[in-house]
Amino acid sequence: MFTLTAPSSTLSSRVLGSRLVDLLTGPHGVDRYTEIANPVWTLGEARAQVVAVARDTPRSVRLTLRPNRTFPGFKAGQHVNVRVEIDGRRHTRCYSPANAEGSELVELTVGVHDGGLVSTFLRAHAQRGMVVGLDDVGGDFVLPDELPDRIAFVSGGSGITPVLSMLRTLIARGHDSEITFLHYARSAAEACYRDELAELDVRVLHGYTREPAGTDVGPRFEPALIGDATVFACGPPSLVDAVRDHYPDARSESFVPPTFVVPEQAGGGRITFLQSGTSAIDDGRSLLEQAEAAGLTPESGCRMGICHSCKCRKTSGAVRNLITGAVSSADEEDVQICVSAPVGDVALAL
Amino acid sequence: MTEMTLTDEQFEAFGAELDALKERMLADLGERDAAYIRRIIKAQRALEVGGRATLMAGVLPPAWVAGTTMLALSKILDNMEIGHNVMHGQYDWMKDPALSSRGFEWDTACPGDQWRHSHNYMHHTHTNIVGKDRDIGYGILRMSEEEPWRPYYLGNPLYALLLATFFQYGVALHDLETERIAAGEVKLAEKRDLLRSIGRKVRRQTLKDYVAFPLLAGPFAPFVLAGNVTANLTRNLWSFMIIFCGHFPDGTHEFSEEETEDETRGEWYYRQILGSANLTGGKLFHILSGNLSHQIEHHLFPDIPAHRYAEMAVEVREICGRYGIPYNSGPLHRQFGTVVRKITRLALPDRGRGSGAVAAEPPTRDLELAVA
Repeated sequence: MFTLTAPSSTLSSRVLGSRLVDLLTGPHGVDRYTEIANPVWTLGEARAQVVAVARDTPRSVRLTLRPNRTFPGFKAGQHVNVRVEIDGRRHTRCYSPANAEGSELVELTVGVHDGGLVSTFLRAHAQRGMVVGLDDVGGDFVLPDELPDRIAFVSGGSGITPVLSMLRTLIARGHDSEITFLHYARSAAEACYRDELAELDVRVLHGYTREPAGTDVGPRFEPALIGDATVFACGPPSLVDAVRDHYPDARSESFVPPTFVVPEQAGGGRITFLQSGTSAIDDGRSLLEQAEAAGLTPESGCRMGICHSCKCRKTSGAVRNLITGAVSSADEEDVQICVSAPVGDVALAL
Repeated sequence: MTEMTLTDEQFEAFGAELDALKERMLADLGERDAAYIRRIIKAQRALEVGGRATLMAGVLPPAWVAGTTMLALSKILDNMEIGHNVMHGQYDWMKDPALSSRGFEWDTACPGDQWRHSHNYMHHTHTNIVGKDRDIGYGILRMSEEEPWRPYYLGNPLYALLLATFFQYGVALHDLETERIAAGEVKLAEKRDLLRSIGRKVRRQTLKDYVAFPLLAGPFAPFVLAGNVTANLTRNLWSFMIIFCGHFPDGTHEFSEEETEDETRGEWYYRQILGSANLTGGKLFHILSGNLSHQIEHHLFPDIPAHRYAEMAVEVREICGRYGIPYNSGPLHRQFGTVVRKITRLALPDRGRGSGAVAAEPPTRDLELAVA
C-alpha cells in the first residue's frame, strides 16, 4: 500500500527532489504537480490521509491517519499541529497522537469543545479519504531514557492521548515497570479507550466525575490511588494542578480549550514588534502607523487595504479591521497592518 | 482630465455602497471559491503536463499544434486567472501557502515580488494618474495626450508591437523604471538587486523552456523549442491585448496628480471606474482573460476572488447608473481597435492641442454624463 501514501522509494524521492525536476517544474515546484495526482504526494509538506474514522463516544472522534514520508514521526507524548480545511480555510490545531511511537499509522482522538470550530467539524464531518496536514511536531512531555520502576499515568478527558501513547509505546517495547493508568471522564459513556484499556495488562482505574455509575474512584484525584510512583499527567488545568500538589515532580501537560476574550475598548494594549525587539502602547491608530511611529520601516503600499504589500505575521493577539470593523483573533495569521488596529495586546513579526 | 460631478455627500454615499458590496462578498467567501481556484489550477497543470508531453512528439504536425496550444493555454491560465489574481491576495483568506499572495511565483519572466510592488501598489493605487501610474505606456509608449510629444514617439506603433511580442520581458523590466534611469533620475546602481533578481528568474525560465525541455526531446528538440517559443509568444500577445484593453480604450480617463490629491475613498472608487474598461464575452473568455475583462470590478475590489466579478458587475453597473457614472464596456475587437487607434494617433504630434485631440477622440455617449 505504500504506493498510495507517498512518493514511495527513496529513489523516486531523490528524482523528484532533484535540481533538474525543480527546474522543469519551476516556478511552482514538484509538489504542486504530484499533489494533483494524489494530495498526499508532497515532499515539502507532511500530509496524511484519513484511513478510518470512529465515533466511540458522543463527544469525541477518533481518526486513523496514514502520513506520507515527509512526516518525521514523533515521540510518545509529543503533539502535532494538524491542519484541516473548513469552508475553504485552513485551520490548525494541536493534538497529541495516541498511538505507540514508531507505528506506521497515526491515531488522533479529538475531544469536542463546545463552540470549537475544528473539533465540532471533525466530529460531524471527518471521513475516510480526507487529507490533513501535519506540522511542527514538538513538546517536552515525553518518556525519560531511564524508566522508573513504578509509573502512574493520570489523564482527564482528551488528555488521555499522550499518556496512552506513552503506555502503548512501553508495551510495544516490552518493559518491566509497574504501571497504573488513571483516567477521568465525565461519565462511562464519555470515557475514551475504555475497551482498549481493559485489554491491556496494566492496572486501569476509571473516574467518572459527573455520572458516577461504574466509577472505580471518587471524582477528585487522591494520591492514595497511585501511591509512590513517577507520575505523567495530562488533562485540564484543575486535574494537573491537583496532581502536582501531591507530586511536585510529576511530568505534566495541560490543555486549555481556546478562549478568545476580546477587550471591548481599543487602545492601551501593548504592541510587541518581535523582530526589532521594541514595543509600543496602542494609541488606537493602525498598526502600520504605530510601527512607523516606533521608528520601524515596514513595507507598505496603498495604505488603504487593497495592495497587500504591508501584510505581516501577527503571532498573537486580536486586531480590528478599520474598514470592515471585523475582529480577528487567531494566532499566527497574516494581517494587513495598514488597515488593522490592535484590540488588546498584539505581537507582530516586525 | 476629468471634472468631479458628484457632491461630497454623493461621493461618500457612493463609496459606502461599494464598501457594503465588498463586505457582503467577503463574508460569503468559502468552499465555492476554494473549489473554483483549485479546479482552474488542476486544469492548468493538466494542460501544461499534457502540452509538454504532446510536444515531445512535435515532429508530427497535429501533435505540435495540439501541444503548443495546450501549453499556451496553460501559460495564459497560470499568468492571468491564477498568478495575477493569487498575487493580489484574492485567496489569502484560505491561508494556504501555495495560494498566498506573498509566496506565489508565476510562470513568466517577472519575479513575483517585483510585480506585487509595481502592479498591486503602484498601478492599483495610482490608477491612470499620469506621472505616477507606470502602466500608462510602460515607460516606452505614449498612451496619453498629457505626455508631451517627442520625435521618439513616431515609433509608437513599432514599440507597441515589440512590447506585445516580448511582453513578459516588458513586464519584468517594469519596476526597473528604465525611462527614469535614462532621464538620470535614478542610477542604475540603485537597481542592481532588482536586476539580479530579474536575471535569476529570466535565466531559470529560459533554461526550462528553451534548453531543458527541448533537450529532453533528443533529436526532436527543435520542435519542442519552437512549440515553447510559440506558446510564450501567444501568451505575450494575449496578455498584452487584454491588459491594454483595461485602461486605454476610448472613453477611459486619465487624471493628474493635483486633482487626485487628498481624494476620499468614494473619489478613489470613482477614479477606478472612469479609468477602467470592461470586455464583454462568454465564460471561457472571462476565465482566459483572468477576469480582467471585468477590469472595473477588479480595480474596485482587487482582492476579491476574480471569478466573483461577473456577479458583482451587475450591482456595480446598477450603482453607477444611479449616480450617473459612466461604465465603459464593449467587445474585445472594438475596445482593442480603439487602443490600436490611440497608439497610432499619439505617435504624431497633437493637432491644435486641446480641441484637436478631443475631436480625434470624441467621448462616447455614456461619457457625456460625467465629462463637463
